[in-house]
Amino acid sequence: MVDLWKTTIGKKTFVAVSGSILVAYLVLHMAGNLWSLAGPGSGEPQIDVYAEWLRTFGGPLIPEDGILWAVRLILLTALIVHVVGVVQLKQRNRAARPQAFPARRIGRSWESRLMMVSGTAILAFLIFHILQFTTLTIDVTPLTKGAIYANLYNAFQEWYFVLIYLVAVVLVGAHLRHALWSLFQTLGLDNPERNRQIRTGASVLTVILVAGFASVPILFYSGALGAPDGEGAQVAMTKEAGRS
Amino acid sequence: MNFTLEIWRQFDREAGGEFETHKVTGIDPESSFLEMLDLLNAKLGRERKRQVAFESDCREGICGTCSLVIDGYPQGPKQVTACQIYMRDFVDGATIKVEPFRNNSFPVVRDLVVDRSALDRVIQAGGYISTTTGPQPDPNSMPISPAVQKEAFDAAICIGCGACVAACPNGSAMLFTGAKVKHLNLLPQGQPERETRAVNMVEQMDAEGFGGCTNYGECARVCPQEISLDVIGMLNREYRRGQLAEKPADRAPMTTQ
Repeated sequence: MVDLWKTTIGKKTFVAVSGSILVAYLVLHMAGNLWSLAGPGSGEPQIDVYAEWLRTFGGPLIPEDGILWAVRLILLTALIVHVVGVVQLKQRNRAARPQAFPARRIGRSWESRLMMVSGTAILAFLIFHILQFTTLTIDVTPLTKGAIYANLYNAFQEWYFVLIYLVAVVLVGAHLRHALWSLFQTLGLDNPERNRQIRTGASVLTVILVAGFASVPILFYSGALGAPDGEGAQVAMTKEAGRS
Repeated sequence: MNFTLEIWRQFDREAGGEFETHKVTGIDPESSFLEMLDLLNAKLGRERKRQVAFESDCREGICGTCSLVIDGYPQGPKQVTACQIYMRDFVDGATIKVEPFRNNSFPVVRDLVVDRSALDRVIQAGGYISTTTGPQPDPNSMPISPAVQKEAFDAAICIGCGACVAACPNGSAMLFTGAKVKHLNLLPQGQPERETRAVNMVEQMDAEGFGGCTNYGECARVCPQEISLDVIGMLNREYRRGQLAEKPADRAPMTTQ
């Protein structure tokens, strides 16, 4: 493992594996988000039920939030390995070429050129996203613990939140379109006869993820998903009344 | 045809370099890029000025000695070796920028000549192949299927010119190393040292200071031998295979009977 971390190819393996862990999580996260499309329901929205299930999953054998924290730990580790690996590789790459003479752009895709920019922006967004919907620190719109549907509904009535989330999702898409097929190349899972399918598959998964994630803010903002009824809505309405 | 050349001039490894402008006139459209540089050098000689140093050997596109970056394209814009670029490919009166290969592991020796011995050391690190010397082997004693033969040969045609390294924004030599690893590791003659070859070559590649691959694919777009990016996938695979295999030192020492 230590030997592997030392060489460029070995380090790229770490970046690829940690990246695939993060992608696997994105797929689950996107699928989970789709519960919010089930609407406010009567009393208890589906997304709130799903969130509650995530918290109590495996109980009573596993303590509450147990699985949630295990996943968070794995994700944090993967993220740190991914970022540290990339930064170290980038330093090597910069040192290998005289910086006054950048290579002419011959055919590389814009997603591949933007990997560092999109990666940094996604990291910044991630911090913002956790502060908003996980820790409820960025409490601009009324946020209530456990009232996921109401929180989403309220946040995505503001155009600037919708914009932030849509930009972030597009950046994730750009990052993934290059990353997903690079993964196969780096792990040596490519195969000359299959490479075209791998690239197409990478693009298809990217489009599915982007569409899935983007649908939530868009549908809330457009009014396709109605206002919540119940406790969260009550809190929201009192805060709204207080403001006006 | 007339051209304005912006040529990189650098006296030696230590000196800094800069672009110098030269005009060439009355160039035959059918002359090659290197012949045009020969004419420039003849003119500089008549004027008692220092001639432009550049490398060439076969001038047939076989050997990989020429190493010019023409208008930002390593080996010129046509995906052939620089010697196979002809002046008819340029617009009359054009300004053409001529540079050496740019990579910190390729120090400029003079003007357009760079030291590419880092690539030789990567090949050396790959080591030898164990083969029986002596009488000619029996025909068909070592069968190789046409598919494997073709794949190995597609990698073996790498002429080691280093255009891939010069084209890479990361200054990576993985297309070159991948081609060398693929051609030996696919063939039966390359099997005894298969596990150590890729690991040693990758470690040497890193020691020379080359960067890593980020799958931009620029290397394969300039390669005059059309080596495919697939060789890098194979290199990654072979490297990990070598890492997972037991190291030769771990094996029981050979005993004489």
